Amino acid sequence: MSEPIVKIRDVHKSFGRNHVLRGVSLDVAAGEVCCVIGPSGSGKSTLLRCINHLEKVNGGRIWVEGQMVGYADHGDHLRELPDREVHRRRARIGMVFQRFNLFPHKTALENLVEAPIGVLREPRAEAEARARALLERVGLADKVDAYPRHLSGGQQQRVAIARALAMRPQVMLFDEPTSALDPELVGEVLAAMKDLAMEGMTMVVVTHEIEFAREVGDRVVFMDQGVIVEEGTPDQVLGDPQHARTQHFLARVG
Amino acid sequence: MTVRNGSRTVALDGPGGEFGDGAAGRVPDVVPVRPLRRPGRWVATVVVAVLAAAGIYSVATNERFEWDVAWEYFRSEQLIDGALMTLRLTVFAMAIGIALGIVVAVMRQSGVWLVERVADFYVWFFRGTPVLVQIFFWYNIASLYPDLNLGIPGMDPWLSVDANEAITPLMAAMLALGLNEGAYMSEIVRAGLLSVDEGQMEAAQSLGMSRLRALRRVVLPQAMRVIIPPTGNETIGMLKATALVSVVAVADLLYSTQVIIAMTFQTIPLLIAASAWYIVMTTVLSIGQGWLERHFSRGALAHPPDPFWVRWRTTMTRFHAPRPVQRTAATEPDQVEGGPR
Ligand SMILES: Nc1ncnc2c1ncn2[C@@H]1O[C@H](COP(=O)(O)OP(=O)(O)OP(=O)(O)O)[C@@H](O)[C@H]1O
Ligand SMILES: [Mg+2]
Repeated sequence: MSEPIVKIRDVHKSFGRNHVLRGVSLDVAAGEVCCVIGPSGSGKSTLLRCINHLEKVNGGRIWVEGQMVGYADHGDHLRELPDREVHRRRARIGMVFQRFNLFPHKTALENLVEAPIGVLREPRAEAEARARALLERVGLADKVDAYPRHLSGGQQQRVAIARALAMRPQVMLFDEPTSALDPELVGEVLAAMKDLAMEGMTMVVVTHEIEFAREVGDRVVFMDQGVIVEEGTPDQVLGDPQHARTQHFLARVG
Repeated sequence: MTVRNGSRTVALDGPGGEFGDGAAGRVPDVVPVRPLRRPGRWVATVVVAVLAAAGIYSVATNERFEWDVAWEYFRSEQLIDGALMTLRLTVFAMAIGIALGIVVAVMRQSGVWLVERVADFYVWFFRGTPVLVQIFFWYNIASLYPDLNLGIPGMDPWLSVDANEAITPLMAAMLALGLNEGAYMSEIVRAGLLSVDEGQMEAAQSLGMSRLRALRRVVLPQAMRVIIPPTGNETIGMLKATALVSVVAVADLLYSTQVIIAMTFQTIPLLIAASAWYIVMTTVLSIGQGWLERHFSRGALAHPPDPFWVRWRTTMTRFHAPRPVQRTAATEPDQVEGGPR
């Protein structure tokens, strides 16, 4: 098997005395959709935020595309990377948030071109052309000039997905992208994500949408209290869970 | 509730429902609306109009105001120069204050212990002493440091200037006002930065932006909405506070006025002329503030506030004929009273 895009080894993370991640290891292969499920507070968001170094790990290592996140390996010791390098690597990892976090003072198009122009130094015309194409791809060609607050939650989240894609990421992280949506809007966002999966994007999706995990996920990971309790194909983990905690959780949400 | 109206039936949801924008998306059939009579308003109008007329009459006919003299002084070169100096002081002091305010606000959230304490100290010190004292202090700085040197302590300075020459009264005034203002502005900027959702910084960083770029492109523009109104107040306060610099003989508006009063003893008309200039300048600043507020409310409000002249016109017309609510049924319920009957 080729080198995984995301490689996580024995990662620990604490907030003060709260030991949130207690030795997590995970591989995500190129083109794979890895769904992470688990009860609230189990550390799912924290794990995602460690992958793009929004949080610093206290122990263990994470590699994305073979490059260690946040550190350079000097054999016997690690050295923290300079900020510029951290930003450069982070730019290749897309992230979609539960609460969209679109820039409210910018139109949909401006949201999409801000980082490509400012960070990647793309020419404006090129960035805008690509942004239009991306908005069309998520079904929002007519919302190019709309401000976020004039969009529904589902539309905002699709703009947020397009905004992340505008950076041409190698992997996309989703943190409960549909949890803040009204039920009737969940479908359109999941559909956009499914399209993305079909096109071969590598995705790590924290979600409570068991159906989505079953249908789109190549792999399902169940986390509880900072550890991965069980992982496998959707059929294995969702259809025939081995651990009592997994069974208990699925009985509650399913 | 349903109302028969000719051959058509109009469904009503209670007050406001029939005109509230997008209430269930129905366009109402035309129903005649008879406005509620409000005799109290008419009485109030008449009383206030009479009092106002009496006031204007008394001011206009009292010879001792010497309006013609005031007008002459208003147009005089000394007062215009004084007003320009006041404006210049205000602009420079506010520029120093805003720049310092942003730097200090960012310093206070830098996460570096010493940097944060230094910023705290700055705010504590400059807010804690009267600005008048600070003006005198800078004015007299030469007695503390007769020479201002640039270089490494203990070695020959690269550059040395006489403090008495470098720190002119104008310079002292600007430094004092600007440094003092920076302390207040930093608190205003800090409140603005705190008002922006943390998710904005995270989203920006997840796109590969540095903290500084995210601050400049994403957080600050949103903070502006919270920062501008109090900054407008500060600017207008500053315009008037510049009058303090007359104590160190900077020829601002008040100082110029006092000079003429000392020669002519025409106190009242001169004070009127000076006040008129202050009012003209504060009015212009308020208009600028309104424009800035609109500019930075982009995307933040469903309907940006109308500029003041539109608001003013609307207020005038609404008094006579309550117009059907167009878009703010929830916030202006008094406009939707008087349904069909
Ligand atoms: N910045 C932080 N500072 C302190 N504690 C934090 C921070 N972020 C997360 N935590 C704590 O870490 C634990 C795990 O949080 P995390 O957000 O990763 O859980 P989660 O699995 O995503 O839960 P949810 O389903 O509710 O989103 C929680 O106890 C939370 O209080
Ligand atoms: Mg979470």
